[in-house]
Amino acid sequence: MKIQALGCGCPNSQKNYEAVVAAAKELGIEDEVEFYKDSEGIMAMGIMSTPALVIDGKIYSTGRVLKVKQAKQLLEKAMASKSCSCDSCK
Amino acid sequence: MKKKKRLSLWITIGIVVGLIVFNVLLGVFAGWDVAKAPWDFISNQILGMAWLKSLVEKLVFAVSGEVVEGTWQYVVASSVEFFIYDFIKIGLLLCFLIFGISYIQSYFPPEKTKKILGKYHGIGANIIGALLGTVTPFCSCSSIPIFIGFTRAGLSSGVTFSFLISSPLVDLGSLMLLVGFFGWPIAIAYVIVGLVLAVIGGTIIEKTGLGKNVEDFVKSGTGLIDIDSPELTQQDRLIYARDQMWQTYKKVFWYVIIGVGLGALIHNVIPTTWVETLLGSNTWYGVLVASGIGVPMYADIFGTLPVAEALYSKGAGLGTILAFMMSVTALSLPSLIMLRKAVKPKLLAAFIVIVVIGIIFIGYAFNAFGYLFI
Repeated sequence: MKIQALGCGCPNSQKNYEAVVAAAKELGIEDEVEFYKDSEGIMAMGIMSTPALVIDGKIYSTGRVLKVKQAKQLLEKAMASKSCSCDSCK
Repeated sequence: MKKKKRLSLWITIGIVVGLIVFNVLLGVFAGWDVAKAPWDFISNQILGMAWLKSLVEKLVFAVSGEVVEGTWQYVVASSVEFFIYDFIKIGLLLCFLIFGISYIQSYFPPEKTKKILGKYHGIGANIIGALLGTVTPFCSCSSIPIFIGFTRAGLSSGVTFSFLISSPLVDLGSLMLLVGFFGWPIAIAYVIVGLVLAVIGGTIIEKTGLGKNVEDFVKSGTGLIDIDSPELTQQDRLIYARDQMWQTYKKVFWYVIIGVGLGALIHNVIPTTWVETLLGSNTWYGVLVASGIGVPMYADIFGTLPVAEALYSKGAGLGTILAFMMSVTALSLPSLIMLRKAVKPKLLAAFIVIVVIGIIFIGYAFNAFGYLFI
């Protein structure tokens, strides 16, 4: 999975990134979490409020600092939608 | 919107309209004093916390014993009373208001605002832009992405600037605080006037062509995508609201301490005549003095309110203190620095000038006509 924690480098985006890293570790996900700070790239995705979380190109969270528990829920959702290809869990 | 959500939205609207109709009928049949009662209760006891004032007063004077007006003991006791009461009041209001408002704002992420605004044109769009500026969560680090996002999405400079002017000037938090300190009529008048200023400002910037003076990187590049913001659960919203509450409290704490301290000083130590001569409503320069002090300063509105309230009780004009509050909160050095990155100096200067002139005008207007609202 391609996991990107989006932010501007300010303390909130740092906290968000760390929460996602901790969540991935707790779930045993080995893919590295990228701390994505390129503002043009973030704008290109249509996101206007950071911190944000993007997994495999899909936006899972914008404008809030995730707690580890919330990041875990979102990562699990992303993993579930990967393994199931029907529309009901998208 | 899914069917279940649409239904609950209509039910909510129905309940609100029903309550308003009930309130009006109550006024018609039982007299306006009865109809006004719940609103006065909200502004006096819930937001104004009159009960807290009596409680603190009793406590302080129980400790100090009999104090005679005019003695230094009275000044100390009054100052302590004011400080404790105002600090607790603002602290409680801050927590409840930020929590509630952040919850509401979780329904209005900037991406959704951009999508909504894209559908409207002209002055109507500016008005909606100003209204949405009031409810869209806005920290100075998001002003640039929002500005860029709106511009690239094709929103006119009028809409974008109406949004940018109304955002710091008028928000739900200020509205509730004003209700507690000055009552509903003045608070509502403040909001309406602030929104009008935002719409006129945005329109001027667009029609004069000043709006085109943005940096090139803003105009070019991507950002045309409208995204569907991810759905938030109730728990997500509550967590977000709670985080915003703590963040704001910590950020604003010292502003509040200083503001309440200054307020206590003004309330109990500074002579009424000084305040009246410098800031009274009948002086021609009062508004200018207030704006002149306010514009270079930045403080959070929670910190300015005790100062404004103390000045008001000492004879400063209503318009004068509103001008003071608006000028302190509307323009801040950090957000102007950020804005300069996206906007050329000419437009930035125009933005500042329009906001300042608007505030001064509002100040004079409220000094002249404020008596209608009290």
